[in-house]
Amino acid sequence: MIWPLYDSGVASGLLAGFLFGFVLENAGFGSPRKLTGQFRLEDWSVFKVMFTAVIVAALLLWLSKLFGLMGDASYYVPTPFYLAMAVGGLLIGAGFAIGGYCPGTSVAGFAGGRIDAVVFMIGMVIGTALFAAWFGPLEQLYLATPGPQGQTLMDLTGIPEWLIIIVLAAMAWGGFKLGSKVEQKLGGPYQASDLYPEDTKKN
Amino acid sequence: MSPRPFWSPLWAGIALGLALFLTFVLTGHGLGASGFFTRLTAEVGQWLAPELTAANRYLGDYVRGEPQQAWITWEVLGAFIGALVGALSGRRFRPQVERGPSSGVGSRLVLALIGGVLTGLGARLARGCTSGLGLSGGAALAVGGFVFLICFFAAGFLFSFIVRRYWQ
Repeated sequence: MIWPLYDSGVASGLLAGFLFGFVLENAGFGSPRKLTGQFRLEDWSVFKVMFTAVIVAALLLWLSKLFGLMGDASYYVPTPFYLAMAVGGLLIGAGFAIGGYCPGTSVAGFAGGRIDAVVFMIGMVIGTALFAAWFGPLEQLYLATPGPQGQTLMDLTGIPEWLIIIVLAAMAWGGFKLGSKVEQKLGGPYQASDLYPEDTKKN
Repeated sequence: MSPRPFWSPLWAGIALGLALFLTFVLTGHGLGASGFFTRLTAEVGQWLAPELTAANRYLGDYVRGEPQQAWITWEVLGAFIGALVGALSGRRFRPQVERGPSSGVGSRLVLALIGGVLTGLGARLARGCTSGLGLSGGAALAVGGFVFLICFFAAGFLFSFIVRRYWQ
């Protein structure tokens, strides 16, 4: 068991973040028009990129455990609070459709020069402050319906990890096929040339 | 100068998966983003209303600080630098208010603010966002991550119908 290294240092944060931001921007995820295109079905990049990333990382984590490089409960698995995570997911989905970003992509949008991303970030600070101010009445919802500590899909279903990864990969493959068909019919996906006019004065 | 094309979703997804796995190897947890904004809120609160913030049951913990919270600050700073390098090297850096062709600057910024407020509230309630809970929890095959993702996509489709004219 040589991994994880449990390195919470500056260099580890900067490196992980650099790769994260670099990939998000190159995927086109700094652009709120491209991001929200997912929900108009014109551009399935959000689904495709996220699903692929989840499967690649899940597969490598499984292989690391299989080859004894990583311990079984050695990395963080969030404990479910079903109701709070469902309501939080609904709020972030609504915020994404309305505001055009999620927290991570707003950083990529800001780095690409977007003022609207800064305004979205100010909104997030206000939303966080409201949550803190209303923590008293919200606490019951925040703590409601907790699940088993670090519950995984394997714990929930009894299906082995490798089979879950195969099922997810099959779902992703279907989503890729369907998405590519639908987005072409609707005139998408957004290309960089659609989103960045050559004459910057037009902005 | 015309912008360089985006990476294809498949290759971008593979690259993101590798970056996410590397983060697990380095730290024992995945990538995140909203934790940084909680920390930022605690900082702003300490500056504007120090006593109220320190006494707050939720933000008080953040005022006292933990090493994990310092890591996410460096990670988000790294993400900014990485995205800036991506935008500059891809010739995609444009100072602008990005909006749909039929949307004005004012209405776009109001919607960005509303979306941000909902996202800030939602991320605290869910204990994470699309990156920390959806992506990283999904990769750890956590039930909570998939509960979050299903609701995130459901609400996204629903609210997209209401605001689609602002984007098209």
